[in-house]
Amino acid sequence: MATANHLLEVNDLTIHFLLEDGVVKAVNDLSFTLNAGETIGIVGETGAGKTTTALGLMRLVQSPPGLVVKGEINFEGQNLLDLSENDMRKVRGNKISMIFQDPMTSLNPVMPVRDQIAEVILLHQNMSAKEAIVKAEEMLNLVGIRKERSKEYPHQFSGGMRQRVGIAIALACNPTLLIADEPTTALDVTIQAQVLELMKQLKQDLNTSMIMITHDLGIVADICDKVAIMYAGTVVELADKVDLFKNPKHPYTVGLFGSIPDITNDDDELKPIKGAMPDPTDLPSGCPFRTRCDHVRDACAAFNMQKTDVGNGHYVKCILFEGKGV
Amino acid sequence: MSVMLEVKDLKKYFKTKRGSLHAVDGLNFKINQGETLGLVGESGCGKSTTGRVVLRLLEATGGEVLFEGKNILDYKKQEMRKFRENAQIVFQDPFASLNPRMSVFEIISEPLIINKKAESKEELNKKVLSLMDMVGLAERLRSTYPHELDGGRRQRIGIARALALNPSFIVQDEPVSALDVSIQAQILNLMDELQKELKLTYLFISHDLGVIKHVSDNVAVMYLGKIVEMADYKTLFADPRHPYTKALLSAIPVPNLDYQRERIILEGDVPSPINPPPGCRFYGRCFVKHGDVCQNMDPEFKEVTPGHFVACHGCHNA
Repeated sequence: MATANHLLEVNDLTIHFLLEDGVVKAVNDLSFTLNAGETIGIVGETGAGKTTTALGLMRLVQSPPGLVVKGEINFEGQNLLDLSENDMRKVRGNKISMIFQDPMTSLNPVMPVRDQIAEVILLHQNMSAKEAIVKAEEMLNLVGIRKERSKEYPHQFSGGMRQRVGIAIALACNPTLLIADEPTTALDVTIQAQVLELMKQLKQDLNTSMIMITHDLGIVADICDKVAIMYAGTVVELADKVDLFKNPKHPYTVGLFGSIPDITNDDDELKPIKGAMPDPTDLPSGCPFRTRCDHVRDACAAFNMQKTDVGNGHYVKCILFEGKGV
Repeated sequence: MSVMLEVKDLKKYFKTKRGSLHAVDGLNFKINQGETLGLVGESGCGKSTTGRVVLRLLEATGGEVLFEGKNILDYKKQEMRKFRENAQIVFQDPFASLNPRMSVFEIISEPLIINKKAESKEELNKKVLSLMDMVGLAERLRSTYPHELDGGRRQRIGIARALALNPSFIVQDEPVSALDVSIQAQILNLMDELQKELKLTYLFISHDLGVIKHVSDNVAVMYLGKIVEMADYKTLFADPRHPYTKALLSAIPVPNLDYQRERIILEGDVPSPINPPPGCRFYGRCFVKHGDVCQNMDPEFKEVTPGHFVACHGCHNA
């Protein structure tokens, strides 16, 4: 499966938080690959480990209490976990950049938006301050903010506009990989549509790869090529978008689809997943989903979360499919 | 079917330093007994204010709120007290709407104690446990505090508290917005069961069109303090007339790869509701625009087909 031409190849990434109350196993054996120009969606509910994954890939997990227990993050052929902090700083914001969830808190409130973009450019590219300002204005133009407004401060912009500024900062150095952590969750639906449209357009124009972290399968359908479904720190299913939507395998994935009201059907019935997310410091042994699963059996408590390839690179971690792979 | 709640030309303005903020500006709607009206719109459109004005948690600036035929805006203190037993609210944020220093039992029993609905300790005990059972809270949780529980369970407490006085009408103000989808589905199903069992009438406020379609009999779409379109849920989703409704429907991300539709991407943001200009509120973002009339005259909220109301000059002529 591992060929040399993946832009990003994550192998068995495991991140724990060592707290007084116990160990939170936030991300366990996470593996996926991403090619140039591709978008992967990482989907899950609160506490699934989505944001820790994003921060882990950027090496931004605070340590202590965070600890990368094992794994590799091979980006353009180099393991990011081997880099010195200094070298890593050259990658962040430059080749890999991030869009944050909350456009109200991720911008500096006392700095004009233009200068916030120029800051990144000055840091990573060999440009004079003047050139950086010009480039910053170009970036603003690219995301649809007029030059006249470039000297304004974040509070003078609406939520959608602020998120555009966040996108402009992220794209300023022409990154090869963009990590977007719930970029539209704080936005209204018509504004969300604007921002997603913009991201799709830019991704196409600049051939950027993207990791889209979201809880919304609708956004995945709209913008992603492949999908990883996370539950309690584990990717329980990973597949091409079409495979996953047409043929979801893991009981959790099936449960997620059953929980979303379907606007294409006038009389749909919701089939929720029973129970609630387990305590992250005290996850059940074996499969973490077994306490909520309709197909649970005794062996689930001892299941080693081995992944099964059910064909076409569609991976499932569930005892129901053990030994039934291709 | 009898009308439970009727709202006529309801207005709520707030005074601000920069002028008068028209949060709710002339609403008209009816909700039949046992039905759900879904009120949908984006942030700042006035949907939560509407929910509060209808319950007189905020005093209206003008208009009428007829509950079972009587205008509650004229009610005196005694009558209001009676009305509040009948009309309850479930809030959006189950983290902020529960007193952190009260146990589950205390929270649910408080309305019963205040309104003297239990004659003895045993009766109170019985009533609270039956409410907990009704909303799916295990008896062992009676002495726990809100912070020990997850969002779904907390919202169940909020629902049990709202049901304590046996109301006939409940305002649901974004009750599932703070919840994960798997928990959201549990709560939506619970509300549906309770509505059937107790013949409740809901005003269901949400920004999520999927949720609104799932729960509503009729749907009203709000934009900047006004209802721009209202119809039964099937008609509204199958045959939207107002350009804003069309744009809103086309903007929802749908988790279905076979669902084809025309995408309408609106330009710009929602304008300020402070001192709104005359004419159609949607004029600045509208992609249709029927000339000067849109800019100068407020469109009338007219019935285009039976039960389907639209406030748009273009839609009236067509």
